[in-house]
Amino acid sequence: MSPSLNDTILIWTLRGFAVIAGAIALLIVVFLILEALPVLRQVGLWRFFTDASWNPAEELYNLTPMLWGTLLAMAGSVLIATPLGVLSAVFCQYYAPPRISSLYRRLIELLAGIPSVVYGFWGLVVLVPLIGRLHPPGTSLLAGIAILTIMILPTIALTADASFAKVPPDYLRGAAALGLSRWATVRGVVFPAAKSGLFTGLILETGRAIGETMAILMVCGNVVQTPKSLFDPMRTLTANIALEMAYATGNHRSALFVSGLVLMGIIVALVAAAEVLKPSA
Amino acid sequence: MSESSFSTASNRQFSTWLVWAIALFVTTIFLWILSDIIWHGARQLNWEFLTTAPRSAGRKGGIAPIIVSTALILGVCMAVSVPVGVGTAVLLAEFTDTENQFGRLVRRSLDVLAGVPSIVFGLFGNAFFCKTLGLGFSILSGGLTLACMVLPILIRSTEEGFRAVPSHYRLSAAALGISRTTTLWQLLLPAAVPGLVVGLVLGVGRAIAETAALIFTSGYVDRMPESLLDSGRALSIHIFDLSMNVSGGDANAYASALVLLVLLLLINGTAAWMAEHWLHRRITPS
Amino acid sequence: MITPEPHLNLQLTNAQSVPCNPQPFIQTENLSLHYGKKPVFTEITLPIHQGCITALVGPSGCGKTSFLSCLNRLTDLIPGCRVSGQIRLGSLDVMDAKLNTLLLRRRIGMIFQKPNPFPLSIWKNLALPLREHGIRNREQIDQMVETTLQDVGLWDEVKDRLDTSALSLSGGQQQRLCIARALVLKPEALLLDEPCSALDPISSGVVEDLIASLRVRYTLLIVTHNLAQARRIADYTALFWVQEGVGRLIEYGSVRQIFESPQEGLTAAYVNGMRG
Repeated sequence: MSPSLNDTILIWTLRGFAVIAGAIALLIVVFLILEALPVLRQVGLWRFFTDASWNPAEELYNLTPMLWGTLLAMAGSVLIATPLGVLSAVFCQYYAPPRISSLYRRLIELLAGIPSVVYGFWGLVVLVPLIGRLHPPGTSLLAGIAILTIMILPTIALTADASFAKVPPDYLRGAAALGLSRWATVRGVVFPAAKSGLFTGLILETGRAIGETMAILMVCGNVVQTPKSLFDPMRTLTANIALEMAYATGNHRSALFVSGLVLMGIIVALVAAAEVLKPSA
Repeated sequence: MSESSFSTASNRQFSTWLVWAIALFVTTIFLWILSDIIWHGARQLNWEFLTTAPRSAGRKGGIAPIIVSTALILGVCMAVSVPVGVGTAVLLAEFTDTENQFGRLVRRSLDVLAGVPSIVFGLFGNAFFCKTLGLGFSILSGGLTLACMVLPILIRSTEEGFRAVPSHYRLSAAALGISRTTTLWQLLLPAAVPGLVVGLVLGVGRAIAETAALIFTSGYVDRMPESLLDSGRALSIHIFDLSMNVSGGDANAYASALVLLVLLLLINGTAAWMAEHWLHRRITPS
Repeated sequence: MITPEPHLNLQLTNAQSVPCNPQPFIQTENLSLHYGKKPVFTEITLPIHQGCITALVGPSGCGKTSFLSCLNRLTDLIPGCRVSGQIRLGSLDVMDAKLNTLLLRRRIGMIFQKPNPFPLSIWKNLALPLREHGIRNREQIDQMVETTLQDVGLWDEVKDRLDTSALSLSGGQQQRLCIARALVLKPEALLLDEPCSALDPISSGVVEDLIASLRVRYTLLIVTHNLAQARRIADYTALFWVQEGVGRLIEYGSVRQIFESPQEGLTAAYVNGMRG
């Protein structure tokens, strides 16, 4: 075979693979919509936010309790994990001696690799009973926030660590020459210099918090209600899908796909907001 | 100007104290989780556990069929995602001169894919593989769904592997009239293999930890699977089921969690070792 | 006027005593190159005589390397690169869009500035292009590998380790291997982009002697910063310069003419070391 014929075959084969890879995202959107249509046509989107509650057996489809669950869990975990994670990165880069720093980094990387089901399991067996002793039943928003915090902390810590590593050493030398203390340097020089990397880390961890399913499902209880206190059991959008999908049929199943679309919508909104709010480098 | 204008000694002490305290706190949590699992899991873990089937809904017995199912699901996942992923990565990395527009679309699509939560992959897999393609709850459905999830990771890593190959290989090959196909197979692919392998291992690590995407694609059945169309239970799902749906299942859940963690440790350790070893081998000769 | 060193004088005479064919083998006419909107060089009309060594000299940035890349259509691989004008190889129109570039690159070989053998064995470095161009017989390949390695003076040094990695050779050896790799295809012309500049002085001398020995059998076009080198080995010289932000051909002629009686003031200043 002539070289140019070989090359033509190669490029068409590669194009074929790339088309498959590129088509998946499109297929996902298409199939989500297709499966969500039946209930949307029959019931309409408005009722997903205004019905009395979520009880598909009685044709009630209000997603708001689960939406609140998702948003509260996300907000709580991001609020706690971000300072913990960023300061962990500060520790790694600027306070720890080299050996401890690399050990600590290795530890965070391992934390990042633990599957969510293992976190959920540990949360269920250890954390929930602990909280339950404070205020029964134990499975609660608080447990969800705690587990989620542990899970997203590595994300922000590793991203922050990478951004800090990119700060030009000249800045640090300049600060030292001015007699700035370590903390003043970190706060006044490093944070502003690394702000776009930190922002990216924030978006990543928020996305992770919104999308997390298994761990939060295992520790939050199974109650459809808008949590009014930290100790109330609740459900997130993701947990809702995971719990009910196995036995849902007809409109119920279709409604779960609607909540899947709502979830995607939240993520898209997050990414869009990130684009708008992104700090200029 | 005295130093105290910038910060007092107590200020400095506080910030140092705070940072160390946080590091200690995080370390404690991690060690707590790890030691808890090792302590409880190691008690149940023995050769019998790994080689017998579960009894009494998993409270007793072992996880042999589950290990097999997990391996099969991973196998399907890799068998599909590697050719598609490597092919796409090669197109994106090596053929930018002719495929610029198309390449950008594919890349945009892959970025979206990387952001999709795993439960949505589960929904998609259920709708597309189980229902529309008629595969039902099966290892095949689960593996294919995981392949979709793992694709962006694989492609990104393989692409980086190709970009790391020095450009003068391509130029001197072209100057000798060597076809792009030969250049790819004989020169570029061997040099890009480390990137490919790292991506593969990262993908396997992600896939094996996955639960949400498998719950309603590969099913719950904990018997030994006879074919790829059989339903099969993955290790992560077994842990989930034992802890949530089976009272008294905690003991075996601990053991299964330990097995999962050890597997992940082996996988990640292998990736790190391979990356270092191969990188080392390439640098030495020159 | 700089006084040439005695041995340089001898070389000049040597070069001239073995006359090369004054037929232009490669001829460019009004050749211009753009990267996107940015012009690199413009309106270059240059003959390259068969069997002779032509040196392209001039400061960096005047497009000498880009000019070289046009001749074997390596510019096709650079996105956004536009070439206009004519290039003829004998009677062949090199700029023809339908031209088989793989065959063109068999006829015109290229050596790059930094030695870049493939990360394969020494034997495989030479066998790969042979196989690619249709020679599959193992004995034939072995024969051609040996002959070519002898031509570049590497045979005795590497004959016992043909299976070892080419990257284990020294810089000078690697560059000679790259020349061998180009020569194994039996090209008619060789394009050399500053082949000695990345080498230490001793290796540089060895490679330079090798290049000089390729005269008559091959047509050579060599880009070099080293004026003394151009004087030593070249038959013809072309001076490139940047004027108004674009590379241009200032003067072209035999080495004797360019160095001893240049017609342009710029040329005189450059060869005497007063400019560039």
